[in-house]
Amino acid sequence: MTAVTTKPGLDQIWQWLDAVPDPEIPVISLVDLGIIRDVVWQEDTLVVTVTPTYSGCPATSIINLDIDTALRGHGIAKLSLKTQLAPAWTTDWISDKGRAALENYGIAPPQPAGGPDRCPHCQGRNLEKLSQFGSTPCKAQWRCRDCLEPFDYFKCI
Amino acid sequence: MAVDQGKLLEFLLRMGDNTLVLGHRVSEWCGHAPVLEEDIALANTALDLIGQTQFWLGYAAEVQGEGRTADDLAFLRDAWDFRNVLLVELPNGDFGQTLMRQFLFDAWSSIILDRLTASSDPRVAEIAGKAAKEAAYHVERSSDTVIGLGDGTEESHKRMQAALDYLYPYVGELFESDAVDAAMTEEGIAPDPASLRADYNALVGKVLAEATLRLPEGAYSHNGGRTGRMHTEHLGHMLTQMQWLQRAYPGAAW
Repeated sequence: MTAVTTKPGLDQIWQWLDAVPDPEIPVISLVDLGIIRDVVWQEDTLVVTVTPTYSGCPATSIINLDIDTALRGHGIAKLSLKTQLAPAWTTDWISDKGRAALENYGIAPPQPAGGPDRCPHCQGRNLEKLSQFGSTPCKAQWRCRDCLEPFDYFKCI
Repeated sequence: MAVDQGKLLEFLLRMGDNTLVLGHRVSEWCGHAPVLEEDIALANTALDLIGQTQFWLGYAAEVQGEGRTADDLAFLRDAWDFRNVLLVELPNGDFGQTLMRQFLFDAWSSIILDRLTASSDPRVAEIAGKAAKEAAYHVERSSDTVIGLGDGTEESHKRMQAALDYLYPYVGELFESDAVDAAMTEEGIAPDPASLRADYNALVGKVLAEATLRLPEGAYSHNGGRTGRMHTEHLGHMLTQMQWLQRAYPGAAW
């Protein structure tokens, strides 16, 4: 038996997902954040695999809802969302486009050194840590000693 | 030979109840911490612990095979069914005591999670892999705070030493073992708790030295939580708050 319905191509679906913003940091998409691990057709069901950023991130259920709403809006009727823990999400999976968007928005992107590279406001390099935790599980609070502005830093994990 | 499912369940409850009870305790600080940054940090730590709980208790519920969920296990059991160590159910005390308890737990958690990433049970390994990253971050912060307050003012030093004197006799339970642990070790699911002690002593010793704090004398160890033999009187009181909604409105959902 052959399927008679037309299934949108995977490239198209990735494009649609790239238009779904992260609910807490809406300047970057779920694809930029690196949490969409796989998109695959299993017969006529679209299976989207998502990995959480932090175990307790309260945005996880909203993210699933947003993916569901977006894809159904594009006419995907049969959709299955899968949660995958391993390999554990790492900030290395944030795209270059996403990193640039974060900095532009005022959030310093993650750095392997464990702290921000420069102030997202004035590009100053004279920085100090205020707290290892911030407004969401994925961020820490820093301040620039040049322009004196506090800013969020996306923790590197 | 297949793994004894009852023992695996017991092991998963121990892991999940530790993070659940500590997560709830830490969340009690929300809106009460000395400064905003610490309030946010404590709430974030609690959130990570509750998130880890969802994975551990979610898997426990599957292993149990009675159609229950992580929420059912968290909210529909009474004190005698909890398998957390006594350390995590102790009251928060002051900010210093909360952070000392957090450090004593984080140090153990970061070590065991690291070992569990090599578990023969792929589910245990993947949960540990996720949680280990968070635990590494937690222990970094709680170490810094213990050092800052221990090697701080006369008053903060005195309080941190009192917190250590009170809490340290509860640490030994983390390293006790019984038939459940023996089965987990034999199957390669989890390390023998006693085998973590040397790494733990090294980490705790280094931080306490920097914090100018000394370990209390005496080898007495409180226990009974992880086996369910006996909890402190504090757990029951905590559950009346944590489980209030389900007790007042059974089956409430949204």
